Amino acid sequence: MIKHETIEKNIGLMVLLIILVISGGGLAEIVPLFFHSSTTKPIEGMRPYSALELEGRDIYIREGCHVCHTQMIRPFRAETERYGHYSTANEDVWEHPFLWGSKRTGPDLDRVGGRYSDDWHRAHLYNPRDVVPESKMPSYPWLFTNRVSGADTAKKMEVMRKMGVPYTDEQIANAADEVNGKYEIDALVTYLQALGKTHSEYTNKR
Amino acid sequence: MSAFWSAWVTVITLAVILGCAWLLFQTRKSEAYKESTSETVGHEYDGIAEYDNPLPRWWFQLFVATVIFGLGYLALYPGLGNFQGLLGWSSHGQWEEEMQHAEEVYKPVFAKYAALSVEDLQKPENQAGLQMGQRMFQNNCSVCHGTGGTGAYGFPNLTDNDWLYGGEPDTIKQTIVNGRNGGMPAWGAVLGEEGVRDVASYVLSLSGREVDQEAAARGETQFQALCTACHGQDGKGMHALGAPNLTDDIWLYGGSFEQVAHTLRQGRNGVMPAQKDLLSDDKIHLIAAYVYSLSQN
Repeated sequence: MIKHETIEKNIGLMVLLIILVISGGGLAEIVPLFFHSSTTKPIEGMRPYSALELEGRDIYIREGCHVCHTQMIRPFRAETERYGHYSTANEDVWEHPFLWGSKRTGPDLDRVGGRYSDDWHRAHLYNPRDVVPESKMPSYPWLFTNRVSGADTAKKMEVMRKMGVPYTDEQIANAADEVNGKYEIDALVTYLQALGKTHSEYTNKR
Repeated sequence: MSAFWSAWVTVITLAVILGCAWLLFQTRKSEAYKESTSETVGHEYDGIAEYDNPLPRWWFQLFVATVIFGLGYLALYPGLGNFQGLLGWSSHGQWEEEMQHAEEVYKPVFAKYAALSVEDLQKPENQAGLQMGQRMFQNNCSVCHGTGGTGAYGFPNLTDNDWLYGGEPDTIKQTIVNGRNGGMPAWGAVLGEEGVRDVASYVLSLSGREVDQEAAARGETQFQALCTACHGQDGKGMHALGAPNLTDDIWLYGGSFEQVAHTLRQGRNGVMPAQKDLLSDDKIHLIAAYVYSLSQN
């Protein structure tokens, strides 16, 4: 029989027991996912983001879009009616980092691609209230004057490739030319239009 | 999940829960639960000492209850590797059930209105159907066309009975189902800056605006040569191509001289996204009926 006192007065033993208890959750819930086909094998027919979309994604991260917008449609009718098929893990195998988000001040964007025209996205990002008067989203006018340099696009794609995204040598070689001189708004809108459009396994009709 | 990982999850989960329970009982101060004692743990500082009382019984029992709850939960719901739980619950299954239920409730309602024509849906007794259309319009269309359907700069007003592609029920439905891709080519290179301003003057004169008559006269020649294929000789537009009527002083991209000149110079490409992969036919039918109703008064 261990007395409470024994644990309380042996800090080494207490640390060991605490680590045992805490690591149990991670070992049971997280570790198996690294070996599970549903989380490691991309969904049928998925393509990686193009160079421009990847740059747009970085702008999405830089501007903190993921702070107010999720990319995670949960399996509830209320969500699938509005956003389309619920999100699955095999759609995000090449997402580094994940942009699931944790809070919705704005709507989910996981399948926003194709829902609105490019013109709408541009008008909306320039000043959301021009098209949605009751919107409280910030304006992003600088995206229309900043340009994407493309200097490190190839590097980014190489890093992605190291993490398992199947970029070809050709894609990486052409990356700089593809993005060079484009405005940041072009990159971001291209990325938004690709969300949910990198594969066509799911029907989003509702 | 492979048998190995299933066992891995099961063993670790149960070991942690039972380990916690074991630790709880092992370290329990079991001497016959006195309410409180005057014994202290033996250290004292500044005259402050710590009583050596057992954990209150209700508190101890709460710990026991969490262990029992945990085991019960794992018996009912999926959690132990490949074991699906006695209830057979899954998040996908729950979603399917929800969808099934909604199908049973809403399908007859949609079926009832799907059998009626868009014109019939305008009758007062079918008000509820139009309201359904209105709610779906708010959810799916208002982001571009506005909550009242009055549009915005670059997004058509649906309430004014001025249609780019036509306002007949079938045409509205076509627009929603397949989307539209409006193409006004850029004429800046062909016309040159002076030509652009001449044609803009002529276009504005069509809706009775005061313009430089000489410029408009020069612009008319250019207009007749270049613009009539889509906008018609009289400038009244063509629904088949989505070419707007230029004589009614309704402007999608603004009606100032500069804006019209800009349209001529750079062209426009208004896109209505196709909804056929997003909305079911019955829903599109009701939305079309609502959109049709907007310009009926």
